[in-house]
Amino acid sequence: MKRVYLYKMFERFWHWAQMLLISGLLITGFEIHSTYELIGYDTAVKWHNYSAWGFIVLIVFAIFWHFSTNAWKNYIPTAENFKAQIEFYITGIFRNAPHPTKKRVLSKLNPLQRLIYLFLKAIVIPIMVVSGLLYFYFHYPSQAIEVSTLKPIAIVHTFGAFMLVVFLIAHIYLITTGNTIFSNLKAMITGWEEMDDEDAKEIVEEAIDEVGKNITQGHYSPSTKKKEVKDIIVEALEDIEDKVQKEELKGQKAITKKKKNKK
Amino acid sequence: MRKIIPFLIMILIPAVSAIIIIQQTKRLGEGAKVDLDTNFTHVCSVDHSKFDILNADFKTGPEVTKACLSCHNGRGAELMATSHWQWSREEYLKGKGVVPLGKKNILNNFCIGISSSEATCTRCHIGYGWTDKTFDFSKESNIDCLVCHDNTETYQKDRGVGGLPKADVDLSYVARNIGLPKRANCGVCHFWGGGGNNVKHGDLDKAMLDCSRKVDVHMGTDGMDMSCVDCHTAENHKILGKAYALSSENKDRATCTQCHTEEPHIDQLLNEHTLRIACQTCHIPTYAKGNSTKMIWDWSTAGELDEHGEAQHWNDQDGNHKYMSIKGTFVYDDNVVPEYYWFNGTANHHLIEEKIDTTNLPLQMNTLYGSYISKDSSSNAVSKIWPVKVHRGKQIYDSKNLTLIQPKLWDKEKGKGAYWTDFDWDIASRKGMEYIGMDYSGEYDFIETEMYWPLNHQVAEKEKSLKCKDCHVRENGRLAKINDFYMPGRDRIATLDLIGYILIILTILGVIAHTYFRIKYRRTCFFDEPSDKE
Repeated sequence: MKRVYLYKMFERFWHWAQMLLISGLLITGFEIHSTYELIGYDTAVKWHNYSAWGFIVLIVFAIFWHFSTNAWKNYIPTAENFKAQIEFYITGIFRNAPHPTKKRVLSKLNPLQRLIYLFLKAIVIPIMVVSGLLYFYFHYPSQAIEVSTLKPIAIVHTFGAFMLVVFLIAHIYLITTGNTIFSNLKAMITGWEEMDDEDAKEIVEEAIDEVGKNITQGHYSPSTKKKEVKDIIVEALEDIEDKVQKEELKGQKAITKKKKNKK
Repeated sequence: MRKIIPFLIMILIPAVSAIIIIQQTKRLGEGAKVDLDTNFTHVCSVDHSKFDILNADFKTGPEVTKACLSCHNGRGAELMATSHWQWSREEYLKGKGVVPLGKKNILNNFCIGISSSEATCTRCHIGYGWTDKTFDFSKESNIDCLVCHDNTETYQKDRGVGGLPKADVDLSYVARNIGLPKRANCGVCHFWGGGGNNVKHGDLDKAMLDCSRKVDVHMGTDGMDMSCVDCHTAENHKILGKAYALSSENKDRATCTQCHTEEPHIDQLLNEHTLRIACQTCHIPTYAKGNSTKMIWDWSTAGELDEHGEAQHWNDQDGNHKYMSIKGTFVYDDNVVPEYYWFNGTANHHLIEEKIDTTNLPLQMNTLYGSYISKDSSSNAVSKIWPVKVHRGKQIYDSKNLTLIQPKLWDKEKGKGAYWTDFDWDIASRKGMEYIGMDYSGEYDFIETEMYWPLNHQVAEKEKSLKCKDCHVRENGRLAKINDFYMPGRDRIATLDLIGYILIILTILGVIAHTYFRIKYRRTCFFDEPSDKE
């Protein structure tokens, strides 16, 4: 087994900030809906609004991050392994079958996750944000947007909230289906995911490939001076070396420890 | 790049959050402090007691008036243009055009109307001698300056004489001690209107002559101690403010925003509420805080005399009138929770010459216009939710002609047909209707009526104003009856919630079932390295 640095710092920050904000929005939101009384109506409204603005700021950063790091490619739906993944959750998981989808830097999600997260990020959350903003700026009549009733907005926003609760429950359960109960949770906290030697090797190779492609295709043109090309290559190689070293070191350490224990 | 992103996260997100929070707090604004002593203490620029002309021995009211007007020239004409004098003004009624409207002609569901009983009703008129239709509204000496400007609280008008002062009033003393109207000057009519204290408005009560902040946060003598005219300011004797009992248009009003701004709250969310909710709605949580107000007046039970054939009356357990032979049965209440209505500032009035639509009862004496969606066509103003005292009555009407009846109620002697002396509805109706030149069929009955009094006074201390949960609550909220809009916290789509709950339960069941199978087969998931076990 080796450990691979899979979740980068921002990714983890984004994930946990999102967790806090969505939980906060749900807790306060259902209080505003009069489902229960918890922190007081006015406090709930206040914090719902603060969290909403915080969430919007986070989304802006997340969008920027997704496109600047190509992380958005994680969400491209795929038919590959789709059936296998469903079978895994229905039967395989009970028979100790291996996970059908391997995690890669730009392909961390299995086909079901891809679909669910895409739905969440491209549909549910935008709808919640838009309906939430309409709630916020809704005053009938207003000069800008004249919505004659809050009802449809409220229906959409409430339904979205229920969908998020359902997602949260399923999500919290499914993270326990990794290699060990807490391995996924650990990975999202530390960034390091445990993997087979084979998988780890592939990831490293992919990374080398990626850098290689960048060098040969994108980052220089015939007119670029030789020195610059050299710089790029050296920098890239250092980068890879750094990466490999880290992975090797950390991975090795973990494995050797375990082996010792076994003996 | 890899270094920049965490940097951005660490610097920018806290920075943006800080900016948002600062912006939020900035909107708190600096509460403008009003220098109440400077603004609300009126110092008269002259000492009237030193004027020779006021040191005369005045025998009658008009003599005093002439003395006043000899210096304050032009004020007479100015005053005669006001509704305090005219008891009538031009008001626009939807579908009826511009009509004269005022105490002179309007019917209410209290003492009904003044016509043919003027001599007693005009005790509240700022004039001398309005006993019948022949009163001269153009005679300056008929103006009663003292009723409003007496600062001695010794001036009183007599009963049944069209507003002349009582014989024992020392007019000379009063004339030398005049000034800006005090609470008592306004209160004598505006507190006691309708034949008793706090009968009509519900939020104007003799308790406010000297009350605590608990009763009225502005007038509380333990607080700002403001008087009526601090808000109801006047220019050329035209005083701001008018009750919707007698008016229909949204103009010349005394408003909260004269002193408080359009955005008076620290919390911006509350300021946004003011777009659709009148200040009064939250800040007058209950009315009739000092003394009870009349909620119901049923004229149909009037006329029960005792064994000697004399008028009788008895009180309820709180000491308020319960029954009077001359007026019927009443229901009083105190600390009343208002009813709430959409109101765009314009109202209608049922005029006496209008036919009653018996399919649409109770008869609406002064409909307040407004709804969630509607906008006032002229001003494009939207309706706001207002707290209202609704006075419910049962009063006499012509059951054949289907009009309300103006009965003759008062006369100083028996046998002239007045109901309060002779207790005969038929004769009183005939006399009254004849007096105003309207047809009376001879058939009368009693009809249920409702009259609306938007509340403005007895503003509570801010701690006592309504809280979120008074309205944003599923059951029995204050606005439970105003259901032409969706309100968060009150409204929900029950089916949608049900679907949501079902989805959540199904998910939880799925999780439980899946966990169960994982534990049952114990092959994976819960062990770091399943190979060890085998």
